Amino acid sequence: MNDWPLWEVFIRSQHGLAHRHVGSLHAPDAEMAMNNARDVYTRRNEGTSIWVVRSSEIVASCPSDKGALFDPASTKVYRHPTFYPMPEEVKHI
Amino acid sequence: MLTPAIQFVYLTRIADSALILSQRLSELCGKGPALEEDMALANTALDLLGQARMWLSYAGEIEATGRDEDALAYLRSDREFHNFLLAEQPNSNYAEVLMRQFYFDVWHNLALARLENSTDPRIAEIAAKSRKEAVYHLRRSSDLIVRLGDGTLDSHARMQAAADSLWSFTGEFFTADFVDSAMAVCGAGFDPALLQDNWLRFVSQVFERATLRLPPGTWMLKGGKQGVHTEHLSYLLAEMQVLHREYPGAAW
Repeated sequence: MNDWPLWEVFIRSQHGLAHRHVGSLHAPDAEMAMNNARDVYTRRNEGTSIWVVRSSEIVASCPSDKGALFDPASTKVYRHPTFYPMPEEVKHI
Repeated sequence: MLTPAIQFVYLTRIADSALILSQRLSELCGKGPALEEDMALANTALDLLGQARMWLSYAGEIEATGRDEDALAYLRSDREFHNFLLAEQPNSNYAEVLMRQFYFDVWHNLALARLENSTDPRIAEIAAKSRKEAVYHLRRSSDLIVRLGDGTLDSHARMQAAADSLWSFTGEFFTADFVDSAMAVCGAGFDPALLQDNWLRFVSQVFERATLRLPPGTWMLKGGKQGVHTEHLSYLLAEMQVLHREYPGAAW
C-alpha cells in the first residue's frame, strides 16, 4: 500500500553474531512490520531474530560528504591490526 | 471399533481441509492487496500444503492399497473429499478470505493441540509439527480481523458481512459422527464438541476487540466431512487436478 510507511529489516542469522540489513518493506505499524518481515524475509530459514526500524528514523550520511568522511582513512594502513600476530584463541576479529 | 477404513477417513478429513484451503489461498498468489500480504498468503498456503502431504501420506499407508499422497490429492472425486465446507468457499472478497482463515485457524489450533496428545504416535508427531505453523497463522489472522473490524466504516461493514455469511459453515467443526467417536474412544482422535466452548470464547474475544458482533445464527450447514459438498468444490478440484489427470505422473 502506497500510504504505508517504509521499514528497514535486520535479521540475525543462525550463526550470525549481529543483525544484518536484508531489505525493506511497507507496513502500517510495528506489529505488522514484524509479521511482514517474518513472512517476506525468513521464508528460507534465514533468521533467529528480527529487528524492524522505521526508515525515516535512520540518519544517513550525505553522499556529497563522502570525500571528507571516508577518503582520509584510505591512506592510513597503520590503523589495520594486520601488523600484530593474532593469538589463535581470539575469535571474531 | 477402530478399523483402517475409519482411520483413513479421519486422516483425509484433516488432510483435505488443509489441502483445499491451501488451494483456495494459492488462487490469490500474485493478487494480494500488497506485496507483503501476498507473500503471507502464499506462505500460509504452502504451510497447509505441507501439512496436507503429511496427513495424506499417512492416510495412504493406513489404507495400504498403494495410493500415495499424489494419488489421493489428484485422483479422488468430490464425494471422496472430506474437508470442511468452509475450506472450499470461494474467495468472494478479501474480507471473506480473512474471515474464512480466522474461523479455520482458531479451530485448527484447538484441534492440533488435542491431536498432539493422540495415542497414535504418527498423528501426534504430525500435529506437533503443524501446530507451530498454525500458531503463526492464527496470530496473523486475528491481528487482521481486529485491524479491519475496528478500521474504517467500510472495512467494518465488510468484515461483519463476512463474519455473518460464513458463520453457518462453522457448526461442522463441532459435530461428531461415528468416525470421530471411534477415533475419540481409543484416544487417537478427540470429540469435536469439546472444542466448541474454547473456539467460541476465542472468536468472541477477538470480535470484541474488532468491534464485530458475534453472528446470531444457529442454523448450521454440514456434510463436508461426509463428502457432501457445496457446488464450489468440483470447480476447485477441476482446476487443481487437471494437470495430473491430463498428464499422469507429470514431473518437473
